Amino acid sequence: MDAFKEFRLTRRGLLRAGAVSVAAVAAPEVAAAPTATGRPPSHASIKLRVNGKEQELTLDTRTTLLDALREHLRLTGPKKGCDHGQCGACTVIADGRRINSCLTLAVMRDGADITTIEGLGQPGHLHAMQAAFVKHDGYQCGYCTSGQICSAVATLDEIRQGVPSHVTTDLNIPPPLTAAELRERMSGNICRCGAYSNIVEAITEVAGSAT
Amino acid sequence: MRAFTYERAASPAAAAASAVRMANAKFVAGGTNLLDLMKLEIETPSHLIDVNNLALDTIDSMDDGGLRIGALVRNTDLAADARVRRDYPLLSRALVAGASGQLRNMATTAGNLLQRTRCPYFYDTNQPCNKRVPGSGCAAIGGVSRQHAVVGGSKACIATHPSDMAVAMRALDAVVETVAADGATRRIPIADFHRLPGDTPQIETTLKTGELITAVTLPAPIGGIQQYHKVRDRASYAFALVSVGLIVQRDGTGRVALGGVAHKPWRVEAADRELPHGAKAVAGKLFADAHPTEENAYKLTLAQRTLAALLADARA
Repeated sequence: MDAFKEFRLTRRGLLRAGAVSVAAVAAPEVAAAPTATGRPPSHASIKLRVNGKEQELTLDTRTTLLDALREHLRLTGPKKGCDHGQCGACTVIADGRRINSCLTLAVMRDGADITTIEGLGQPGHLHAMQAAFVKHDGYQCGYCTSGQICSAVATLDEIRQGVPSHVTTDLNIPPPLTAAELRERMSGNICRCGAYSNIVEAITEVAGSAT
Repeated sequence: MRAFTYERAASPAAAAASAVRMANAKFVAGGTNLLDLMKLEIETPSHLIDVNNLALDTIDSMDDGGLRIGALVRNTDLAADARVRRDYPLLSRALVAGASGQLRNMATTAGNLLQRTRCPYFYDTNQPCNKRVPGSGCAAIGGVSRQHAVVGGSKACIATHPSDMAVAMRALDAVVETVAADGATRRIPIADFHRLPGDTPQIETTLKTGELITAVTLPAPIGGIQQYHKVRDRASYAFALVSVGLIVQRDGTGRVALGGVAHKPWRVEAADRELPHGAKAVAGKLFADAHPTEENAYKLTLAQRTLAALLADARA
């Protein structure tokens, strides 16, 4: 039975091992290869503060913030769904605001303070929004979840700051915390499993306890 | 994505000068549209000039009672500004009708004006498109065209301008301020900023090479009841089929601008003058030279009915 334990790899560990072995084969070709147009890749060095930790990276200027987080810092919480800003799976909080990390270049974020799902909370000390998603079953497959949670945390801040939405009736009073407001404000996060009603319940619970 | 070199501009004039000096350069601010298009290799700049560090991100009250909105003010901040919510509610409404919360946190005032069309044939590099490859033809004409322009189009292009914000800016008579490579500044009325496609649909604005938008100004508030209604295929986070921006005064006069129907925000001053006579009279002027396709002729009716509903709301 002890021998069996050695083979207990986590799914994530297995995926990472696979990715590394592929990279090891591919790397010699990728390094310094000219692009299809003959323009050589350009590089830049940047600093990011990610989940409270200072990071220095030298990156191809084409690297999106999402790829910098996932491929260079191994933070695989932010997900690559559409890679075009349409699905919200890549949502992170940059300098206090939710953004699509797939539609910003890492070099454009030099000096920024980034919070990913890993920085919100971890098993054993979950962020209230993470705990509420678990409690209310705010997901099925889980692929959109880290983006949903980062977006939800920032959404409540936006409501507190008085940012109006498309469904806000009166622009000159603080926006109300209604299900209609939450649904509209979360429309940039797509859930193909359709967990929307449970997501709204989770956010509503956190909003209620925070106000 | 094609490789590019990258710089952070030190001043607006330096950014403009660099855009003239460097071949095939582009400014990048929010990046929400440009990066999308770069990934698809529809946009292939050799050099990116990041303007985000320029101090163009404030909204200032002007002596004439108007507002000067810095080019880098994010859509969220503009929609949430207390002066905008109180004095230019049409602008606030139009902004929050567009995109998603995440995108509005990134997208800038100037970048919003410079958005490129979401015509599916512009996005599909296997299809001809005069906007993407001048002279290659237009697949939308004769193609699936229910989303396309019904007025102001040409034999070369029937794409629409995707912005909601620009529709409000057009109704509010905004002015676009720019700086050129030699430091010269210019004020362009929004009516003259966006072009109709004509024979050169790839040229979308009257900006010159390297010219950088520094601000958008709004004249003093004109009051009235201000509404923005966007009709789309889903309730949120979709581009307009038709949108109507409306300002109506107590005496029934006002202004109307449409989105989703033309290559630019669509306002016809002669149509404004028909507002006291109802939606049908206004639509008659707005669409006097309309050339819809079989698939998008519904937009003429939809725009008129949307306007009628807003006018009824305004009277109530």
